[in-house]
Amino acid sequence: MACFAVPAAEAIVATIVRKTVENKEKKFAAPSTALTADAAVQHTEKIPFSRKLRWLTNLLWGGSVLLAFEHIWHGEIVAWFPFLSAASDSEDFAAMLHEMATVGVAMALLVTAVWGVMVAVSNLLEKRAVVSTQEEQA
Amino acid sequence: MTLLIAVFAAAVSTAVWYRSASARRHSVGTLCLMYWGASLMWLVDAVFEYAELREAYFTPAAADMLNDAFLGLSVVALGLVIWLGILLVRDPDSVVRKALHRGN
Repeated sequence: MACFAVPAAEAIVATIVRKTVENKEKKFAAPSTALTADAAVQHTEKIPFSRKLRWLTNLLWGGSVLLAFEHIWHGEIVAWFPFLSAASDSEDFAAMLHEMATVGVAMALLVTAVWGVMVAVSNLLEKRAVVSTQEEQA
Repeated sequence: MTLLIAVFAAAVSTAVWYRSASARRHSVGTLCLMYWGASLMWLVDAVFEYAELREAYFTPAAADMLNDAFLGLSVVALGLVIWLGILLVRDPDSVVRKALHRGN
């Protein structure tokens, strides 16, 4: 009915957070200072957090848009106000809210959990890369 | 059926992303994440539907299957169109910029 609305709402919040993090990273990046050897190794191997957040926003936006298309296909999203066919009837509206609270929240949680695993694996690989580079230098 | 088609699209695009440096430069990663996001969401949908229908979930009517397959292919096409839009806007090889410049 409107389960995609929950991940779409999360996508909006994640995009705002990503933009903020991106701005902070740009501000704190020292443009012309010479890096020490250790810092240089870490600098080259570490993926910025904003890029990791982009993985989440791509997952959420992509999924939400494609699911919204499915809802248009099934006539659940319409071109006139209130845009959701279930919102015009009080019984359907209650069912829609229930679906959002169950299916929608589960979708958002699963996507976020998968992203969490992606970030954990990437952090692990970054750490390994830094250690192996330091061992090569020693 | 829609879930199955979305998962196939996600797997194929991920394999292309993994194999080709050119694909990685041309935002295929974004396409992968879009398809994986949709696949995960439809997986949740399928789990809830299975909890409701039980074994009947695996024996859909032929007309429903055809409709779902048609929807799945349309979703894949929409994903490709969105990716193409992103590619043309980012224009990593400056093809669009050069073409527009030549037009002037």
